[in-house]
Order: sequence, then structure tokens, then C-alpha cells
Amino acid sequence: MSAMPVLASFGGAFEFIFTPQRSNVTGGNGVGGIHQVVELALTQLEVTVLAMALALVIALPAGLYFGHRGTGELLAIGLGNAGRAVPELALIALMAAVIGVGLLNLTVALAILGIPPILTNTFVGIREVDRASVEAARGIGMTEFEIVRKVEAPMAIPSIFTGIRTATINIVATATIAPLAGVATLGEFIIGENVYGDNGVLAGAILVALLALALEFGLAAIQRRLTSKGLKLTPV
Amino acid sequence: MRSKSTRLRAAATLLFALALSLSVAACGSSSDSSSSTEGGEGGAGAIVSNPENGKVSLTIGSKNFPEQEILGEIYAQALKAAGYKTKSDLNLGSETVALKAVKSGTISGYPEYASTALTSFFGLEPEEVPSDATEAWEKSNEEFEKEGLTAFEPTPFASANAVGLLKTTAEKYDLKTISDLEGVSEELSLYGSPECRQRIDCLAGLEELYGLKFKSFHPVDISLRYTVLEKGQADLSILFTTDPQLSAEKNKFVILEDDKHVFPAGNVLFVTKKSTAEKAGPDYEKTIVEVQKGLTLEVMQELDARVELEKQTPKEAAAAYLKSAGYTG
Repeated sequence: MSAMPVLASFGGAFEFIFTPQRSNVTGGNGVGGIHQVVELALTQLEVTVLAMALALVIALPAGLYFGHRGTGELLAIGLGNAGRAVPELALIALMAAVIGVGLLNLTVALAILGIPPILTNTFVGIREVDRASVEAARGIGMTEFEIVRKVEAPMAIPSIFTGIRTATINIVATATIAPLAGVATLGEFIIGENVYGDNGVLAGAILVALLALALEFGLAAIQRRLTSKGLKLTPV
Repeated sequence: MRSKSTRLRAAATLLFALALSLSVAACGSSSDSSSSTEGGEGGAGAIVSNPENGKVSLTIGSKNFPEQEILGEIYAQALKAAGYKTKSDLNLGSETVALKAVKSGTISGYPEYASTALTSFFGLEPEEVPSDATEAWEKSNEEFEKEGLTAFEPTPFASANAVGLLKTTAEKYDLKTISDLEGVSEELSLYGSPECRQRIDCLAGLEELYGLKFKSFHPVDISLRYTVLEKGQADLSILFTTDPQLSAEKNKFVILEDDKHVFPAGNVLFVTKKSTAEKAGPDYEKTIVEVQKGLTLEVMQELDARVELEKQTPKEAAAAYLKSAGYTG
């Protein structure tokens, strides 16, 4: 295939993003356009933030605790790896039968997707902190909690953030299927191909990719700030 | 990009179906032998295998919900009985995807509702869709022929979208027709497929042609349309008139009469390329038209029930239909 039709379809997709387009099945109403794009993107962001918050609340303390104690490796790594194998759609469907469709279902199902990378990377990050530093901290009379907060966690920031970034990307990308479970996200453009057409499908894919990139850059920036502060605290 | 989304959607629907029915993957295996190729004797309309047809390979497609898959299987198995080399490629996703697959030759043909063809492909307003099956067929065919396609004779049964609800809800608000929703719809939530929101034969039509406003609209996978009613999440849900639940559980679920004709009913047309039909010979059309003669609304509901309620595979339901109607031995 030459480049021209590909470029043309990208052009159509960008038009779709900014101005409402004609559709055969809507009785003359336009579809797409910046208004709908922003609304759906915000919903996708909202779902992602909620699911990440839930995943962090569960996985971060667990990873820090087990990493610090040096126990539960089997649990942290095993659960982490097992979690990756859970098919998200089956999970959403299962949740739909238990708690019904909607935001709560999605938040829980997507959080389960985010827990493994955070848990595993936090655990590994803490384990890999130089034992001498930890012993030194203990030697100057820090409590176990202070060791985690002031020594281990700051030094493990790069690893922890790898987990957080992976989880965020997984979640924001998977939130694309939310329109099948009661929440309208950008996936609506992709799933509702009859309404939105090829331009909508491509626009949906582009928008999800952009959203993922934006989150990735945002988290990278946060990581940089936290890391420099962390390095000041750890004179290695 | 499109094939990716198709695959995603296909995977989505498949997984939903799997997870919801809690059925194990094993049921699909060894099913290829279920259709017998040795017709000939047996029932009155038994399909005769013609060795000539063995030179022709056909791939029968369908969209991504049980009724479509059953129809796809019925056609595929009947054509196999007529001697064709037949494959099926069911669960293709939406009509847009299915039509493209026919045009590109990925599939030989698939069943489409005349109403969907007229509104979705050819831009008719719902109220412009002829209520007479033959008229709708002729009108669709005119348009299909312009694109090198052709649609065979319609099935006896027709299917339409419908606004469904629990019987208790209908009694509480005294609802019989969609117009009765006026004044109460603001308190009711509506669930439908992700496409429903903007479709004129769905939410957009209810809002514009009936002038209704709903408390909220929630997109869900089609396979959840009864689940959301049962769980009490949805007050109203978009159902299909051929749904087996409507006859099997008529004390639980009811549909509202579409008094302003926003949901046109459609009989099923088998859509194929003209060139494919010519290459495949006369048995192609003959077999399809013959095998769908038994598909009345009751029979279609019964077949839908086998798959949606009794968790048979579409393949099994289709085979049972062909056998009991005497098409295969």
C-alpha cells in the first residue's frame, strides 16, 4: 500500500477529532468533534485515575512492607506474575455479574490489572537497596518505619515508578473497552464503528495513544522530581 | 488499524460470552463433523449433495451476536450438505465490518437485516423502511446491485430493536407503548449497546422522534442486555424482538410497543457478491432460500433460546434445526 491512502485516512481521523462528521445511522446528527472527544477523554482519564488510586493503595504498602521485611517474595512475585495472566475482559464480565456494570466494576477490574506491576517492582526495588545503607540507618537509631520512608523508598524510586508507569499505561489502554461495561470512554469511537466510521476508529486509537503518552511523560516528570529529592536524602 | 479493532471487538464479545456462560472452551472442538454431508434421503425438503459443487469453496460470515451466528451456521451447514466446500467465519463484528468482508471477498456472504441494510448502508430514515418484507427486500436489492452485490429472498421472521423492561416496572408506571414513557422517562435509566447513543434507530430516535429524555444512558455489551435489567441496574434496556427471553420469561420481561415506528423490523437477507453467486452455481441461492423457509419467529426464538438460555453452541443449534426440519439426515 502506498503512503497516500494512509495519510488520507489520518487526515480524516484528525478532522473527526476536531469537527463533527456525517454518519449514516444518526438521522443527520454529526458524530465526533472536539466536544465529544474531550468528554470521552476526560472519562477515560477519570477511570484511569480511580483505578490507579485503588491499585496504589493496595500494592504500594504491600510492596514496601514485604520488600522491607524481605519476606513474601513468592507472594509478591508470584501474585504479580499470575495477575498479568488474568484476561481483563473476562474479569470485567465476571465483575459485571457480581457488582453489575458501571464505574465501580471498572475501577476494581482495572485496579486488579494495575496491582501486579506496582507490587512486583516495589518489592524488587526495596530488596535491591544497598543493605549497608539500611544497616547504617538502623545503626543511627532510625525506626523501621523511618528506614522505609527515608532510606529504602527514596532509593527504590526508579523501580517503584517503573511499576507505576507500567500500571498506568496498562490501565489507560485497557479502559478503552469500558463502553462494553457501562462507561463511555474513547473506546466508544472504536467499538461503535457503525456510527463513527473508519475515521472514528482511527481517531479513537490515536487519542488513546496520545493519552497514554501524556500520562507517561507526566509520570516521568514526577519521577525526576522525586528522584532528585531522594538522592539528596541518601548519601551513597 | 481496523482489523485490530475488529479483532479486539471479536475477542471482547467472545470473552464476554465465555465468561458469562462459564462454559469451557472445549465445547467448540470436534464440531466440524456435526453437519452431515450425506443428505439425499430423509425429510421432504432434504438437501441433495451435488458433486459438482465440490469445486467451489465458500466462507459464510455473520455479525457478532448469537442469532447471527446461528443463521451463519445454518447457511454454512446447509451449503456443506449441498456439496460445497464450506468454512464459516462468524463473529465478524458490526455490519460495517461484515459488509466490507463481503466486498473484499474475505467472506462469500452473510445474513443481514433488511432494515439495517436500508438505514445503515443506504441512509434511509427508520420511518422510510417499508414494513412489507418483499418491498424492503426489493429496495435493498436495488442498492446492493449498484455495488455488485445481491441479496437473496428474505427469511419469514423479522427482528427489530425494542425498549424492554421488567414487567414490574411496566406495571408500576403503567407503560404499554413507548409514548407512555413521556413524563416518566426522566426518572428512568436506559442501557444499550455503545452505538445506541447516537443511532437514530436507538437512543437518538427515542430522543428526537418521541421527544423523550432519560435520566441516564449507559453503554454495555449486547450480551448484558438482560443482566442489567435483572440486576436492577437498568430501568430500560434495548432488546431484540426475537429474544427468547421474551417468550420464555414473559412474566418477567416485556417490551413497549413502538407506536411511532422508530425501530423498523427487518427480515434477514443473505448478502453476497454477484460474481460469487454466478461462480457458485444455482445450488447456492437455492439452498439458502430453501433452508430458511422454516425460520419463522417462533422457530428463530427457539433457536436463540438454545444458544442464549441453554448454552448450546450456534453450531449445535443450527445442526438441530437442519435435522428436525428434514434438511439433513
